[in-house]
Amino acid sequence: MSSGSQNGAVRIELGRRYRFAASHRLHNPDLSEEENRRLYGKCNNPYGHGHNYAVEVLVSGKVDQATGMIANLADLDSFVEREVLEPFDHKSLNDDVAAFRGTVPTTENLCIEIFRRLQAFPRAKLQRVRIQETSNNSFEYAGDEPEGFERNSDG
Amino acid sequence: MVLLTRKIEFAASHLYHNPDFSPEENRRVFGKCNNPHGHGHNYTLEVTVAGEPDPVTGMVLDLKDLKEILEREVMQRMDHRFLNYEVPELAGQIPTCENIARVIWRLLDPQIKQGKLHRVRLYETPDLFADCYRNGGEGARSQ
Repeated sequence: MSSGSQNGAVRIELGRRYRFAASHRLHNPDLSEEENRRLYGKCNNPYGHGHNYAVEVLVSGKVDQATGMIANLADLDSFVEREVLEPFDHKSLNDDVAAFRGTVPTTENLCIEIFRRLQAFPRAKLQRVRIQETSNNSFEYAGDEPEGFERNSDG
Repeated sequence: MVLLTRKIEFAASHLYHNPDFSPEENRRVFGKCNNPHGHGHNYTLEVTVAGEPDPVTGMVLDLKDLKEILEREVMQRMDHRFLNYEVPELAGQIPTCENIARVIWRLLDPQIKQGKLHRVRLYETPDLFADCYRNGGEGARSQ
């Protein structure tokens, strides 16, 4: 039948939500002005615009018996603060973040960049990053090969 | 396969303290959560069940049944309780989000007879949550 016969083997992920505000402009210098406008619409306005981004960071690992934790929140918070919030909050993604000098700072690419930065977290395994750009748009990235995730060929 | 999620909220108090640690170590590791008289949260629990809709009823499982299971297994045990002292399933464990989510998974899993428990997500605050999945279960990475 259904469940019940399974033993208690579970996997646990810890999720934490962070916020930062930043500006960006979607513009690809390899495309013509018209193409940029057609493709990116308002997001191509020359002086850029901003969002309040919410970033969900999910990590997994063994729950330490002594602390009941996958990772100490203070460690995760200070790592995310240093790697993401400090460099991104109240910044222009295009101008202030080196990774976006040659890459269009869409929220897809922002997910990949934040995932790349947080992958080095030493105390737990980064599972995925989910970014809410507005209350209506969200994006997720879980690295390149997890099962169940469609591979993005140009990711 | 269809995923069905029901949400409930409960309020409870807890504190983090490991008797094997010194008082200084407890304060260093657990910070404010080590305050001796505890503190509380409004927890939000999202329970997701996976299954195929029954051809007759169109349901993965009857929400009424799920509601009763959540009332009996979670609300009656945890709502307006001090988790450290009043929930035997948590005895000897630090009542972190991770551990509470796992206890809730173990309470619910044998009770879900239609469909299969897919995920337990427990929010301690809107910015902090733990997800519990069946180990090796499908979708464990993606949902």
